[in-house]
Amino acid sequence: MKSEKLHATHDSSLVTRRSSPGSFLRAVSAIAWKDLAAELRSRELLSSMLVFALLVILIFNFALELDVKTRSTVTAGVLWVTFAFAGTLGLNRSMAVEKDRGCLDGLLLAPVDRSAIYFGKAISNLAFMFIVEAIVLPVYSVLYNTNLFNLGLIGVILLGSVGYVAVGTLLASMAVQTRTRDVLLPILLFPVVIPIMIAAVKASSGFLQGLETTELMTWINLLIVYDVIFVAVAFMVFDYVVEE
Amino acid sequence: MEPQPLALKVLNIFSAVLLALATWLVFFYAPMELVMGQVQRIFYFHVANAWVGMLGFMVAAVAGIAYLRTHDLMWDIIEQAAVEISLVFFITTIVTGSIWAYPAWGTWWTWDPRLTTAAILEMIYIAYLMLRQGIEDPDRRARFGAVYTLIGGLSVPITFLSIRLFRTIHPALIGTASAASQGGFDMTPRMLHTFLFGLLTFSVIFVTLLWHRIRLGRLAGKVEQMKLEVMQW
Repeated sequence: MKSEKLHATHDSSLVTRRSSPGSFLRAVSAIAWKDLAAELRSRELLSSMLVFALLVILIFNFALELDVKTRSTVTAGVLWVTFAFAGTLGLNRSMAVEKDRGCLDGLLLAPVDRSAIYFGKAISNLAFMFIVEAIVLPVYSVLYNTNLFNLGLIGVILLGSVGYVAVGTLLASMAVQTRTRDVLLPILLFPVVIPIMIAAVKASSGFLQGLETTELMTWINLLIVYDVIFVAVAFMVFDYVVEE
Repeated sequence: MEPQPLALKVLNIFSAVLLALATWLVFFYAPMELVMGQVQRIFYFHVANAWVGMLGFMVAAVAGIAYLRTHDLMWDIIEQAAVEISLVFFITTIVTGSIWAYPAWGTWWTWDPRLTTAAILEMIYIAYLMLRQGIEDPDRRARFGAVYTLIGGLSVPITFLSIRLFRTIHPALIGTASAASQGGFDMTPRMLHTFLFGLLTFSVIFVTLLWHRIRLGRLAGKVEQMKLEVMQW
């Protein structure tokens, strides 16, 4: 019996790509700026992320007894759950907009490196996450009378968000091309992003409880390692996710 | 479907024989353990299942990378087969582990590194299968599957290491995880024989199941191609 070799076919891009670093950076900033500018005008993404985040904090108020004693141990966890869920919302909308309006096809036809698209989207997603985090922190501080203006905490939030958005942008690009779309992103993303959750919550908690930075270096190193590995892998693999 | 090659038929019988032998060894050859008694015998199958499950995990990750480089759908079939079988092996691991845990620790489950990582791994497998289910185009499905096994494959060791930085009560089989882990295992020669035989048995079972599943995958691929051809008329 003849055994058949199953082969997949795919079209290779007919467009030559300029590969100078200048054009790469211009492409990245163009894509990031496009998203930020669009968001500045409509504000639909930020408002939904923000309102959602505040509602999550509200629900936590009833779900957990956030009295003064438990607050100190549980604040880091509450914050990161909020960021994770609001982040998912942002990632979904950001990629869905590209797909629905055919922007992604337009971007793919442009003579730029595919990874420029990845970095552009990742940077704009990261910017949205930072904005939401920057608003949630003072609001939480006021609502629960905890001082969250801690440099260490802010550093951890920055590192954690970078890793989260790096993987999230890649997985959102995949999820948006499936039948189940929005629902699939959290299912794909959360198991993979757990090291960030662990390290970020531990480090945030440590900083809020006034521990020395040297004690928390394990967690900070873990965050940095995760960020480096996954930004590298994501941008290398992004090509395979968007090719037609 | 193509008829089973002779090697596979032999392997079927071999797997069954090995499993029977391994069970005999576990109950009659291995000595009774001092501290835990009869329930300790689960360990022979539990650990073998876990290690072979990890093997499946690695096969899936490698197959994913191989697909991305060669675009040969055979790698995609191997990858999906490895994920599905590894999923089952890990479920067995978790269940046998729970059965052992209740008499030994007084609880069915605990959030220590190995158990938590096993649970996360199962979630990643299920996410992988759900991802594949939502895609019609075979090439895109294969590409996305490969990308996700790669991402998952990288994150799981990191997850394990990060949870390990927490305290653990899981017995450390090879070396101690941390100062806080209680109870190591020192195996007598008979226990070692039984354990290694169990490992061999489950490895052979894994290969047999993988082969069967790959055959099924090839058949499914042919059916899908025929379907696509018919729809084009």
